[in-house]
Amino acid sequence: MMEPNTTATAIEPAVVCRGVSKTFGDGDSKVHALRGVDIEVLPGAISLLVGPSGCGKTTLISIVAGLLDPTDGEVHVLGHRIDAMKSRHLVPFRGENIGFVFQQYNLLPALTAAENAAVPLLVAGWRRGKAVRKAREVLDAVGLADRANALPSQLSGGQQQRVAIARALVHDPRLLVCDEPTAALDAKSGQNVMELFSRVAVQNDRAVIIVTHDNRVFHFGERIFHMSDGRIERVEGRGERGARSGEDIR
Amino acid sequence: MSWLALKMLTGDRAKFVGLIFGVAFSTLLMAQQVSVFIGIVKRSASQIYDVRDADIWVMDNKVRFIDEAPGLPDSDLLRVRGVEGVDWAVKLYKGQVRARLEDGNFRNVMLHGLDDASLVGAPVDFVAGSLADLRRPNAVIVDENGYHYMWPGEPIQIGREFEMNDRRAVLVGVCKVSAPFTTLPVLYTRYNEARHYVPRERNLMNFVLAKPAEGFTADQVAEKIEASTGLMALSKEGFVVKTIKYFLSSTGIPVNFGITISLGFIVGAAVAGQTFYLFTIENLKQFGSLKAMGVSNLRIAGMILLQAWFVGLLGYGIGIGLSALFFEATANIPHLAGIFMGWQAMTGVGLAVGMIVALAGMLSMRRVWVLEPAVVFRG
Ligand SMILES: Nc1ncnc2c1ncn2[C@@H]1O[C@H](COP(=O)(O)OP(=O)(O)OP(=O)(O)O)[C@@H](O)[C@H]1O
Ligand SMILES: [Mg+2]
Repeated sequence: MMEPNTTATAIEPAVVCRGVSKTFGDGDSKVHALRGVDIEVLPGAISLLVGPSGCGKTTLISIVAGLLDPTDGEVHVLGHRIDAMKSRHLVPFRGENIGFVFQQYNLLPALTAAENAAVPLLVAGWRRGKAVRKAREVLDAVGLADRANALPSQLSGGQQQRVAIARALVHDPRLLVCDEPTAALDAKSGQNVMELFSRVAVQNDRAVIIVTHDNRVFHFGERIFHMSDGRIERVEGRGERGARSGEDIR
Repeated sequence: MSWLALKMLTGDRAKFVGLIFGVAFSTLLMAQQVSVFIGIVKRSASQIYDVRDADIWVMDNKVRFIDEAPGLPDSDLLRVRGVEGVDWAVKLYKGQVRARLEDGNFRNVMLHGLDDASLVGAPVDFVAGSLADLRRPNAVIVDENGYHYMWPGEPIQIGREFEMNDRRAVLVGVCKVSAPFTTLPVLYTRYNEARHYVPRERNLMNFVLAKPAEGFTADQVAEKIEASTGLMALSKEGFVVKTIKYFLSSTGIPVNFGITISLGFIVGAAVAGQTFYLFTIENLKQFGSLKAMGVSNLRIAGMILLQAWFVGLLGYGIGIGLSALFFEATANIPHLAGIFMGWQAMTGVGLAVGMIVALAGMLSMRRVWVLEPAVVFRG
């Protein structure tokens, strides 16, 4: 069902959107957040979604992550048409295949770092002891092994975001969706977090989509989708597709 | 996930304690008031239960409750005895008289004049003296609380004297009775003594106590007595029901208790329910991220239900415990004695608390249910 890829190693896109539009409200207050978006997101690299405030970035990744229904268009994620999926299938699909990182971390304040990172496994039905052990391993990978028993309130913003990344990766999802993960952090912590994404999150069979405003981290992106007023305006790429469209990214 | 639900609940100590306190306080208030109410209602009928040997009470047919029975002519006793199915029937006087103590003080007392031969209606439990001594001239028995009411702070001592209607009475025994509705001392004497202790009335006897013969129930015989004498005859239980009904319909007490109990419920619902609801609202974002991470609405509902149930159970337990401690501590205070927390009060209050937390849980659930998981990406 996918179109043949132009590259020699035909990689299947993890996410395909076709003519996706989204409106909020109706009548005078009707907002066209997305006006027909077509994108393909490949696994094995970081894709950035950038653009001015209000252009529809959050709306688009919410739809891609199965948190929001599009008004129109098709959304394929990992080979499934999620826009047509019943919530009884979509909810477990999300739990199993998608990892989330939020701007505000959204850690549970009553849980330690390790327990927070274990939540997706608990959701999947793992026993607590086993889940927390696994979560500790992932915390180790994000460099927080020594803070595993700390509460979120005892961690810095950058550390909390690293816990959130560990949580997003602990169940080995095939799609990672991040909305402005560095926006609440200072420049240095932001860089660290992005490095962590490219070092730990990127895997051959995992697609990583990161929404960002922050042009200091653009160079982490393999592809950059520029959005404007509900549309993809242009795609900058490098790497597997060879030719770069758009200007050079520094 | 249950672990997660409880962890979320107890994570913020101050709020959690506030929640539990709210439920506990409301439980205490309701349990306490319901128990006192039940206790007082029971007291209004306790004098009927205290007459253990007779099963049928006969009285004037206009009587509404036990303390307002007018005198009956002695011939009525004979008429009752003549009814088929009556094994035996005896007279009883029961009424208020004034006692004058050695020091000149007065006390109103509830005097019982018991049938001289059989002493039907006599107390059973003695603290001092014995029933046999009631046969002596001028002999009177008083209940224990009444004793302390008449002679406060003094040790129990028989042989004390006082006067009723200018006639000498000698204390020969102190007994235990169920706490009466009014805290008047309960006195027992023989019928023929009571004649002298009660200011002159045309008819002294105001009740006939009877026992059904073998093969008859109290209700059957009561009916026969009513049919053939025109008096009111009730089985013990029937009389209790009549008395309680009068009490409930003709005094302000049920209304007052009703108000306090409702207040307990409202305070409980307001404090506990509100806190719980706010607690969920504050955690909405967290529930949102759980939803995003693949937790279904049904599981969220389960988590909230568990939280509500946990709060309800813990708060109820503490509240009931405190209430039990209260009644334990007041067991020796005469006007609270005999009032305890029965299973009715515990069950009723349990249901009320269940309703409060179920309501709060349901409201909370609704909020989380309609929550768009996409909110997790909104600032
Ligand atoms: N739930 C909603 N109801 C109504 N309008 C909405 C809703 N969500 C988004 N919008 C509107 O849709 C448009 C796109 O919003 P969106 O949040 O996707 O933008 P964004 O690119 O993420 O902006 P930012 O960079 O500020 O986060 C905006 O005009 C916004 O006001
Ligand atoms: Mg946004």
